Parts: sequence; structure tokens; C-alpha cells
Amino acid sequence: MSLNIIWFVLIGILFTGYFILEGFDLGVGILHPFVAKTDTERRMVINTIGPHWDGNEVWLITAGGAMFAAFPNWYATLFSGFYLPLFLMLVGLILRGVALEFRSKNPNPRWRALWDWSLFAGSLIPALLWGVAFANFLRGVPVDAFQNYVGGFWNLLNPYALFAGLLTTTGFTLQGSLFLLLKTEGVVYERVKSLTFKIWMPVVVLLGGVILLSNYETDLLTKEGITTGIIPVLSVLTLLAAGFFIYKKQYAQGFILNSLTILLVTVLVFMGLFPRVLVSSLNPDWSLTIFNASSSPYTLQVMSIIALIFVPIVLIYQGWTYWVFRKRISDDPKKMVY
Amino acid sequence: MTVLTLSQLQFAATTVYHFFFVPLTLGLSVLVAIMETLYVTRGDEIYRRMTKFWGKLFLINFAMGVVTGIVMEFQFGMNWANYARFVGDIFGAPLAIEALLAFFLESTFLGLWIFGWDKLSKRLHAATIWLVAIGSNLSALWILIANSFMQHPVGFELEGSRAIMKDFGALLTNPYVWHQFPHTVLGGFSTGAFFVLGISAYHLIRKHEEDFFKRSFKLAAIFGTVAILLTVLVGHSQTQYIIRNQPMKIAAAEALWNTENPASFSLLSIPNEKAREDYFSYRIPGVLSFLAYNQFSGEVKGIKDLQAEYEQKYGPGDYVPSVLTAYWTFRGMVGAGALMVILALYGLLVAFNRKPLGEKRLLALFPFFIALPYIANTTGWLLTETGRQPWAVFGVLKTADAVSPNLTVGVVLTSLIVFTLLYGALMVADVFLLARFAKAGPVNPSEVTNTVSNSEEAFWG
Repeated sequence: MSLNIIWFVLIGILFTGYFILEGFDLGVGILHPFVAKTDTERRMVINTIGPHWDGNEVWLITAGGAMFAAFPNWYATLFSGFYLPLFLMLVGLILRGVALEFRSKNPNPRWRALWDWSLFAGSLIPALLWGVAFANFLRGVPVDAFQNYVGGFWNLLNPYALFAGLLTTTGFTLQGSLFLLLKTEGVVYERVKSLTFKIWMPVVVLLGGVILLSNYETDLLTKEGITTGIIPVLSVLTLLAAGFFIYKKQYAQGFILNSLTILLVTVLVFMGLFPRVLVSSLNPDWSLTIFNASSSPYTLQVMSIIALIFVPIVLIYQGWTYWVFRKRISDDPKKMVY
Repeated sequence: MTVLTLSQLQFAATTVYHFFFVPLTLGLSVLVAIMETLYVTRGDEIYRRMTKFWGKLFLINFAMGVVTGIVMEFQFGMNWANYARFVGDIFGAPLAIEALLAFFLESTFLGLWIFGWDKLSKRLHAATIWLVAIGSNLSALWILIANSFMQHPVGFELEGSRAIMKDFGALLTNPYVWHQFPHTVLGGFSTGAFFVLGISAYHLIRKHEEDFFKRSFKLAAIFGTVAILLTVLVGHSQTQYIIRNQPMKIAAAEALWNTENPASFSLLSIPNEKAREDYFSYRIPGVLSFLAYNQFSGEVKGIKDLQAEYEQKYGPGDYVPSVLTAYWTFRGMVGAGALMVILALYGLLVAFNRKPLGEKRLLALFPFFIALPYIANTTGWLLTETGRQPWAVFGVLKTADAVSPNLTVGVVLTSLIVFTLLYGALMVADVFLLARFAKAGPVNPSEVTNTVSNSEEAFWG
């Protein structure tokens, strides 16, 4: 297996980790104004992701860095081509990060409301844009012979991509609600409980719809080389199973199965892309691939050695933090300090 | 306005803004780690309160550094796609390593530190803040390895339309790194120290929590004096290094139009950039030679000769950076740094003098001196980056050839305006919070003991 393939897989893993982990904290950000009414409740909901969101976001920063290091042309074409959506995503991520740190530092209700809605908007925008972006990778965007994006902003907002955007938005919201069911108690827990199944239903419809649309909008079925096989079917099945467990009120299983769905959908996208990283809608020969977009073999070698040593270490200590914070967050205001 | 100019403006604005928060993170993380270590080893409750008080200010600042940092990573691709293509083989590697080695470390352990007070043993908890401090300073190392390649490219070969990495070791041992990294990090330590000195002085002259702020002041005075003295020493050797490797930068910083031997140091020049001469200049003979070679003679090349030399080497073009910017930023950095040396030494005297701290008059001004490291940090980086122009990668790729080819003025203008407004608003919120908590002082001891509980609380949530 060449290093190009290894790095394609590694970037796929980084995005998978990012979507599963940041998926729940984006979802919590989207849900919190609706499931937490009082200030104490909001504090509790935000504290569920408090120790984790920053570490989760580093998965994205590392994925971006890995794209830059291993496939600089992919990074260059994508980031300059998707300028406005990525700019919006940055605004969202900035608002979110600042909201999480600033909110509690001033008791003024208007101050808190301001940051609560910043957290909501800053979570909603990235959740939506990730679906839009990945659908466009697969569907193809106007990339010319010099690997430059030549389309406009509106090219990216086609119905297929928007459907995918709705899928990631609802899917992450579901991930967030399942996470809250594992981490909260009391009123908030009850509210989330009554909502989760309702969130799950549109996710099923959207996932099925996006997979069906993919057969027309992308070359997922017809492309040569690696085929996606039963992955699309599997992803629907795991989501259905997640719904079964939500219905049975077995939320840990629900969370695991929804995470598995996110994993399978991400794998599906990367398999659909392979060996391309960005499909050109103008000419198949102009698509960016893991070969024409990659760094030199030497750089890939150096990076492989470093990744081999440090990725396991990161996984161990980040996993450990989830163990340290495994307990539910209490809703007793006396135990929460302002 | 062109896409190039707007992209440069946006890069300058977002970088300067980002670097407003980073140095304090570098310095304050270490200071807070020292405080918590003192708490663990001496078991004195006051150090726990110090850790929490300064830690709270650290966190407010840290968040801003993180969110503005993501913008930096995205921007290399968004606005500088041709740059990313050209040097991605080399430049991307340290960026990815920075994320993997440093960002994961600092963010994960910061989460543990904030929320882990009653979940981890005392020692383990203190270890988490050390890992945050190490992570932050490690991130400085990797981003400076990347930046040093732009200042002094090594370990690469040109292959067709891009630069290819040939020697990763050369990237790490680039002498530019080993001047710039200690200079930047020590500058960050000094920033942390002056921050603590300023806020402590504010409370000391009001005789508020005297024991608490005396200890904070003393710790920061020792730490700050060592840091600023070392910053200046490293800065001196860095200047000597740059005179040999990027002579144009120093020539511009000194508004030195013609080659001189012995070379004079400008006390005040009003340069005329177009005519490449001075409207007015008062110079001290020999001092620039002394700065360059530690002796009062030795040739320092002037701007005009360097321009001629570069035209020969790189073809026709304008190789002179903005002299006005270089000249004044150099003076801003050196001036602020020199003041900091004097003030840190004064702070040290005050801290070890047995007289009550509140009687010292100059102490009342220390809160305002917090601005000094910020001036030095900002002007220092403006000098480093604008002094490299017109190059993005010195001698290899010009900034004009680095910009993304597919952007329109409208798009970049939009992002520039929104970033400026958003950053402006966030700065107001950030300074408001910092000032509020700094003025309020530490939570009193009885409240602190009450907050110890078994719940998964935010520790100041």
C-alpha cells in the first residue's frame, strides 16, 4: 500500500473522529436553548461538553494540517475554492468557542442570552456546512486543468448538497441528544428524552434520501475501481438500529450505533471519492487525486513516522479524559458554581 | 484595492490579533503551573487561590488564542493557495505536527485542568497544567519552524513549479528557528510576567489582599526579570544573525541607505522612501557596527547596494520593504523592551525590599506597563514579516505570486470587514471580562472551601 493511500485513509480517520466527537458537541450547542430553560439547566448542559469540545475541535485542525502536509494541492484548491463557506464556518467556530468560555463569566442575563445564541448559531453553521462541503467533494465542483476552482459561491448550494447539509445538521443534533441522555439528569434529561425519537425520524428520511440522490448526483455506483459495496445499506441499518434502541430507552447503545452510522457515512464518502479527493465537474481528468495532489514521497515518509508515534499517544490520553468525566452532570444548583 | 492587498491586510490583521493573545498564553501558563506546583509542594492554601485567580484570567485569554488560531490555519489555503501549492510539501508538515503534538496536548489537558479539580489527585492536577504549558510552548516551536522556513529557507530543492523537502532535519536545525523560538517564547514569558506585575500592583497600591498580591508580584518579578534579560540577549544575537542572512531587513530597520563602515545607528531619521534618502537624520557613529559585530567597526550594507545586489541575483524588481514600517517597528520593539528591562529590575528591587509595597510611587503605573510587552510583541512581528517583503519565502517565492488566483475583491473585502468587526467586538468583550476579574481580585478563602464538592462542576463556571 502506498503512502498516498495511507494518508488518504488517515485523513478519513481524522474526519471520522471529528464528526463523531464534534458531532455531539455541535449537537449539544444546537439543542441547548431548547432543552435547557433556566440558567442552571443551561450551565449543566454546557458543562457536559465543557471538558471535551476544545480537544474535539483539534481533530479538525489536525485533519486540516494533514491535508496541507500530505495533499497540499487538495488543501489549496479546496480552501481557496470554498472560500465563503469556510469563512462562514470560521465565524461559526469563533462564536462557539468564545461563547463556551465567556458565557458563565458574567451573570447579566442579557450577556448570557447573547452567548447562548452565539453558541447555537456557531454550532448550527458548521453542522450544516460540513454536509454541504462533503456532498460537493463527491458531486464534483468546477475545477480547471490547473487545479483551480473556477465556480462561484452558488455552485456549492445545489439541492443535493443542501440535503446533505440537512442530514449532517439533524444527524449531529441526534448525536448531541444521545450524548445528553448519557450525561444529564432531571428535567433536562426528561426533555431530551421526549425529543430524541422525533429528531431521529427526519435523520432516517434524510439519510435514505441522500443515498438515493447520490446515485443520480454522483458516480458512486458507476465509478471504476473501489466500490462502496454494502456500506450504504449498512449505514441505514445502523441508524435504524439506533432508532430501535432509542425507542427501547437504551441510550448507550443508541449513541454507539449513531456513532457507527456517522463512521459508515464518512467511510462511504471517502470510498466514493477514492482515489480522488475533489471531483472536477468539468473534466474527469482534472479531478484532484491522491497522486496529483500529494506531497513528495519523502515528506509523506517523514509524516508517516511522526503520525505512527503520536496518533496512538493522543488517542490514549484523549480517551482517558472521557473516562475521567464519565459521570452524569448533576442538576443540583448547589453543586454548580457561578 | 486588489485581492493581493486585501489578502495581505486580512493576514496582517488576523495575525496581529491572534498574537495579541498567544504571548500571554505562553507566559501565564508557565506562571500558573509554577503557582500550582508551589501549592502541591508547600500545601499552602494561598497558592491554590493564586492558581485559581490567575488561572481564570489565563482561561479568558486562552479561548481567544484558540479561536483566532483556526483562522490562521485556514487562511494559508483560502487566501494563499499558490503559496500552499508551492511550499506545501515543506510548510504543511510542521503545521500538521503542531496540531498533532501540541494542540491535542494543550486542549485536552486544559479540559482536564478546568473540570478536574475534584477528580484528579493534587499532583496529577498540577501535571495537567504543566502539560498545557508544554503544549502551548511546543506549538510555538512548530509554527516558528514553519515561519523560519519563510525567513531562511533550508533543506529543500526546486522541482518544476514547487519546492520539495529534501531534509527534514535541516528544517528543525535551521539556525533561524533557534534564534526566533527562544526570542518569541521568552517574550511571551515576559508578557505573562508584566501582566501579573501590573494587576498585582493595582491591588497592592490599594492595600487589597496584600499577602496574596505580594507573593504574586515577587514571583512575576523574578520570572519576568530573567525572561526579559534573556529576551534581550537572544534578540541581540538574532539581530547579528539577521544582518548576515537578511541584511535588507536590518538596513530598512535602521533606514541605512548607503553601506557604511563603521556603521552608524539612527537616533532619529525621517526617511523619504521614494527618493531613498532622509529628510532628516541624526545618527551615532559606530553603534550599528557594534550591534552587528560587538566592535565599533565593520561593514553594514545599505539599502541601495542591497537593491542592486538583489537585482543582479533575482532579476529586475523592487526588493526594498517599507522602510518607514521597519524603522518604527524596530524602535517600538527595542524601546518597549528596554523599558521592560528597567521596570522588571525595579520590580525585583521592590519585591525584595522590606518597605511596604504600597508606598512605591512608580508601582501605581505598573498596570499601564502591561501595554509594553504587547507593543514589543506586535512591532517585533510586524518588523519580521514586513521586513521580509516582497518575499513570501525569502529569495524563492514573492508574496505577489503566492495569492489565490480565483478570488474576487468582493469576497475578500467581505471577509476582511466581517473579521474586523467580529474581532473588534470580541476584543471589547475580552478586555471587559479581564478587567472585571482582575479588579475583583481573588475569591475570598471561605468561598473557595465551600465550592469543593463531588459534583462535576465547572470550577468557576
